[in-house]
Amino acid sequence: MFTVIGLMLGGMCVGFLLRRQRFTWIHTVITALIWILLFLLGVEVGGNRQIIEGLATLGVEAFGITLAAVLGSCIAAWALWYLLYKRKGGRA
Amino acid sequence: MKGSLIIVGFFALGCLFGVFHWIPFDIAKTDISFYALCALMFSVGVSIGNDPQTLKNFRSLNPRLVFLPIMTILGTVSAAALVSLLLPHRSAADCMAVGAGFGYYSLSSIFITEYKGPELGTIALLSNIMREIITLLCAPLLVRWFGNLAPISAGGATTMDTTLPIITRYAGQQFVVVSIFHGFVVDFSVPFLVTFFCSI
Repeated sequence: MFTVIGLMLGGMCVGFLLRRQRFTWIHTVITALIWILLFLLGVEVGGNRQIIEGLATLGVEAFGITLAAVLGSCIAAWALWYLLYKRKGGRA
Repeated sequence: MKGSLIIVGFFALGCLFGVFHWIPFDIAKTDISFYALCALMFSVGVSIGNDPQTLKNFRSLNPRLVFLPIMTILGTVSAAALVSLLLPHRSAADCMAVGAGFGYYSLSSIFITEYKGPELGTIALLSNIMREIITLLCAPLLVRWFGNLAPISAGGATTMDTTLPIITRYAGQQFVVVSIFHGFVVDFSVPFLVTFFCSI
């Protein structure tokens, strides 16, 4: 499971050591890999009858989690904003 | 926005291939997606290490705002845990793993599919795309209700790229550096937190 994170940290070292060279193409590679992986996720989802039949329910669940996540993070951000700005009148 | 549409397009195309069995072998039984994930994470690492701009940006940051990414993470994860009470067949860890995508839908859905299967992976994909869309559409409202830092927190991992323009427009130009810093830290936390919540 931690192979993946190890690879990311390894990549960071490689990128940092070779920072004199500009890897402008790396973003193209990332985009292509993301497309491939989401295509594969789609194939897996499409081949699974249970998921396809429950797609609407999954969507509702996803929306519930998203709404809570956005509200939760906004309330936390409001608390920080209140502490830093409202009370002390600081600047960004 | 265009990028998200292409991503959803690839996902939908994959669904079609899966429904009609256009691929002659069973992808779920191969390791293709795991190797592609490894290649992806390595590339993401290289792109972070190779970018000289990231370090420069952090030097001009209000030190008190380093707490913003922590607030985002705590707020999101605790709210996701609360929602799991309303969804009886999802565990708190499942919901927290989905929430810990912070709008980074590509990476989080891929991770969750790898560790928890395609069903939760699909929820993660939908949920995190929605998070980006909600941030883009509701930024002005969020500023009015929850203050200037709210759209940055709502944007999660996307605040250094896709939602940056909308944040600077509604929260103000002075929040650009905070927004980029926040996006970077939250982005970086996604693989760790998602892996963590998938393993408990």
